[in-house]
Amino acid sequence: MAHSSTQTHESNTKKIWYVFILLSVVTLVEVILGIIRPAFLIQNDFLSMKLLNWIFIILTLYKAYYIAWSFMHLEGETKGLRRSIVWTAVFLISYLIFILLTEGDYIFEVFKNNHVAWDF
Amino acid sequence: MEATVIRTGTEGKTWGGGNEPLKASYGKMMMWFFIVSDALTFSGFLAAYGFSRFKFVDSWPIADEVFNHFPFLHGVDAPMYYVALMTFVLIFSSVTMVLAVDAGHQMQKGKVTFYMGLTIIGGLIFLGSQAWEWKNFIKGEYGAVTTNGGNILQFVNAEGERVSISDIAVPLASDRVAMESSSGVWFSEGESLPSVSLEEVKAGFLANDNLLIRTQLLDEKGHKTILSREESIQKLNLEGKGIVEGANLRQNEYGVPLFADFFFFITGFHGFHVLTGVLINILIFFNIILGTYERRGNYEMVEKVGLYWHFVDLVWVFVFTFFYLV
Repeated sequence: MAHSSTQTHESNTKKIWYVFILLSVVTLVEVILGIIRPAFLIQNDFLSMKLLNWIFIILTLYKAYYIAWSFMHLEGETKGLRRSIVWTAVFLISYLIFILLTEGDYIFEVFKNNHVAWDF
Repeated sequence: MEATVIRTGTEGKTWGGGNEPLKASYGKMMMWFFIVSDALTFSGFLAAYGFSRFKFVDSWPIADEVFNHFPFLHGVDAPMYYVALMTFVLIFSSVTMVLAVDAGHQMQKGKVTFYMGLTIIGGLIFLGSQAWEWKNFIKGEYGAVTTNGGNILQFVNAEGERVSISDIAVPLASDRVAMESSSGVWFSEGESLPSVSLEEVKAGFLANDNLLIRTQLLDEKGHKTILSREESIQKLNLEGKGIVEGANLRQNEYGVPLFADFFFFITGFHGFHVLTGVLINILIFFNIILGTYERRGNYEMVEKVGLYWHFVDLVWVFVFTFFYLV
């Protein structure tokens, strides 16, 4: 009853270690990039964000995918459960990020271009 | 026996409530409810952090300069090594947790116990590391001068290396004494004095021509702006207001005060999750040893706390990116 017929009871140890190595390697790449900070990745922008930051965010989402799918076993859940978890969170969080970052950038512009001073 | 699995006697009756479209037990489902809502709480924190960072986008502190300590390496610039180590510890404890869940599926009590124990140890190491990180952050390293506008001024030498205010300051004769309750009838409490005074730092700064002031503004290359000697003297005389050493919720020597606020709240909230996770894991650990799940016939409880533990790891992946990398 507890874990129903959708889950197999064979050992997944191999896959677990594979995911661990994957996550470690990705983290290592992030740390090395964070320490070196290659100039061309910092000076070039894509959609007004540094390439380096894009790399960090994409690698983070990649890690998050593996943690959720493999460790939290979302891949073994039904499609309905998986979607109600992932879509809900992704939609709400994207909306929140979009609205707050837009607002933060607007305030930055106001203080930069208008006659209001942070520093007096 | 199956304390966590509710049976309603309607199994197989589609219209009697016996249909389980999501094929997940009640407990697991509730854990997912909790995780999704908790994820939104953390997103609220991180998005607010993003908001403030965008607001101060041209003067935000550089994480590599703030978190550059490593145990037993004093004075060595080790950006991010320590937090990378913490991340590995947490990922590894996530792995031992999933190995425990896996062993639970095979009903191997010994293995579950072993891996659960490792998970707890990993969690404790992480918590200790975080405490150490906080200690360094609160204590500070170089100190800075605060300005009337709520900014801070840091000091560098001609090579651009940071100089601490206690190295700059020349002792001046002054009658600054920290007030204590033993020396005043009406005195209840007061702030302790910083180790050097603004006047001492000013005097020392004027005496040494090598010293320059570094402001919070970032240039195009992402480095902090360093003022010329004349600008530095003018800035210090006009705007200098006080001394800050280390960090607290009102001010910090690293830059924008919100940086420290968010650091304390986000890593603190996450650390609190790790702490509760460790406590719950310990409970489950004892239940495993006592054979509770063996008798129950399944190790689903390990799976459920495992979900929570992985979630804590998941959150850390994001905190790591947005606080230390980006």
